[in-house]
Amino acid sequence: MNQHALLFFLRGQGLKFAVIVFTFGLIYRLLHPVLLGRKKNLAAPRGGEWGPGMRTIWHRSLFPVRLTPRGHFIIIAGYIFHLGFLITLLFLSQHIELVKNTFGIYWPALPPGAISIAAVLSIAALAALFVHRITDPVKRLISDFQDYLVWVLTLLPLLTGLALDMAADYQRMLIVHIISVELLLIAIPFTKLAHMLTTFSSRWYNGAIAGYKGVKA
Amino acid sequence: MNLQRGIHSMIEQIDGPMASFFSSCVHCGLCADACLFYTETQEPKYTPIYKLAPMRRIWQQQFTFWGRLLFKLGLSKPVTDEELAEWEPLVYDSCTLCGRCSLACPVGNDITYMVRKMREGMAASGHAPEGIKEATRRAIELGSPMGVTINTLKAHIKHAEKETGIAFPLDLVGADYLLVLSSAEIAVFSEIIPAVARIFHQAGISWTMASDGFEATNSGIQIGSSDLAAELVNRIVKSAEHLKVRYVISPECGHAYTALRWEGPNLIGRPFPFEVVHIIELLDQLQSSGRLKTTGTTDARMTFHDPCQMVRRGGVIDQPRNLLNKIASNFVEMPESGIQNWCCGGGGGVSANPRADELRLKVFSRKKSQLDAIAVKTMVTSCSNCRSMLEEGIEHYHMDTNVIGLTELIAEHLAEPSEEPKP
Repeated sequence: MNQHALLFFLRGQGLKFAVIVFTFGLIYRLLHPVLLGRKKNLAAPRGGEWGPGMRTIWHRSLFPVRLTPRGHFIIIAGYIFHLGFLITLLFLSQHIELVKNTFGIYWPALPPGAISIAAVLSIAALAALFVHRITDPVKRLISDFQDYLVWVLTLLPLLTGLALDMAADYQRMLIVHIISVELLLIAIPFTKLAHMLTTFSSRWYNGAIAGYKGVKA
Repeated sequence: MNLQRGIHSMIEQIDGPMASFFSSCVHCGLCADACLFYTETQEPKYTPIYKLAPMRRIWQQQFTFWGRLLFKLGLSKPVTDEELAEWEPLVYDSCTLCGRCSLACPVGNDITYMVRKMREGMAASGHAPEGIKEATRRAIELGSPMGVTINTLKAHIKHAEKETGIAFPLDLVGADYLLVLSSAEIAVFSEIIPAVARIFHQAGISWTMASDGFEATNSGIQIGSSDLAAELVNRIVKSAEHLKVRYVISPECGHAYTALRWEGPNLIGRPFPFEVVHIIELLDQLQSSGRLKTTGTTDARMTFHDPCQMVRRGGVIDQPRNLLNKIASNFVEMPESGIQNWCCGGGGGVSANPRADELRLKVFSRKKSQLDAIAVKTMVTSCSNCRSMLEEGIEHYHMDTNVIGLTELIAEHLAEPSEEPKP
């Protein structure tokens, strides 16, 4: 298979496969807790579940009030990584173009310079979090193979995307970039990256369990 | 055999929230900073989510694609007896089920809910601390984890009747309220008995105690045995039904409240035909409706220690403050009070586990620094277990603070008792 054919495959069938695994895998990950269900609570409620659950989804996205220095680091680096990643993913003109060609919907892009800054900040945050993971005694103890695997899988699309601008062989780098994206898409439902959706169900359950007792979690 | 029972029990405990929580954890380590066992020792093994590690592997091996595959291929290590034995001190000695980590987790995991469920498997596999096992055995066989009997209670009642001149209703069919007490209240803090009698007499409420269901402490939920917990709750339910009461008053005991108010109907598998009200909740209701009248204020600088199960895990938050503000002119909050309060260190069965004593007293340094920040001499609380733990900690650190129960403080400030019970 030559480079052209490979690129054609990756942009066509390959991407389709990755998106299908990503979509159905994530739907399964989110449905799984719902299907497992929970026993009906027979205690008389003091408050509601739905509202407090939604409140906790929102509330845990905000910057926590009480943090230790290591807590500050984790939260700030976490914010920078997630925001940088999302900005790069959603506001790069080429990414919007892809969505436009596939689904017909589009939105304004950010200038390439701004995207580069977002990507670099996101990579820097990932690097800092990696160093923290191997040096902080708590994180080192609770980390497993998957933590390092998903770190690599998340970093690669950012790095290869950034490298496109300076690549001698643009097409080859594009192939590497698309492969890294498809690997990430396929890995998400099978790893803790599924937290991109299950975070919302977890926060909801947490808020609902507390809300039932009249506690704002 | 026991191991298989334990593993099976853990699998059974994995419901929707558990699956969601295990799926969401990104190993950020923020829960460590919310746990006094970590903050006061700086030992990474006390990180709350780490206490779930064996159960997390069981979830992976049973409920996830790769986990199941690797387990079938023999590439994922099965959970062993040795491992559960190693985890026992983490799951019991260093977790009071206080719920602070559940408020801190950025992805929303209710880690306390998870530990409570893991304990079901630990208890089923035989890996629970001897102290809590013994307390549970005494509760089932003798009727109380501290071994108090109806005769102990009757002796206190006799004293209380003599002291207050108020007749103590025992086994009164048709009363509105059934009062239950905690072991520690009967065994150690028996001042509560004349105190409630005086308050209820003044408020004119119709109440009783039951000779076959007077003890609310529930070791079953602490050790993590729903069957035993249900049996203990059932004693109260049977008495309440027999006496046809409308309300059961949960005493100043955190886990008794959780056991009765929130777990109770789920343990016995049906809704209660009566309401469960925490004594502090009731006193607040009586005061706001004008039936409980206090007089005078205390000028002493006072603070309130929020029992975890009453506040974070129970939802009784403002009521003690409403009551205290009426009688304490110099009430101050500790830093991080209310739902963010730090645990006394002895909840969740830790106080019944002598193996954990040294660790519990070490981590009391958190409460000490909270108290040092406001320099108060009097700490009020509304959980007899917290009260014992606070007193021990204060003694251990040679601090000059005394601890009093809120109900007794209210009783000390009762306005002249009315002669006629109100309708």
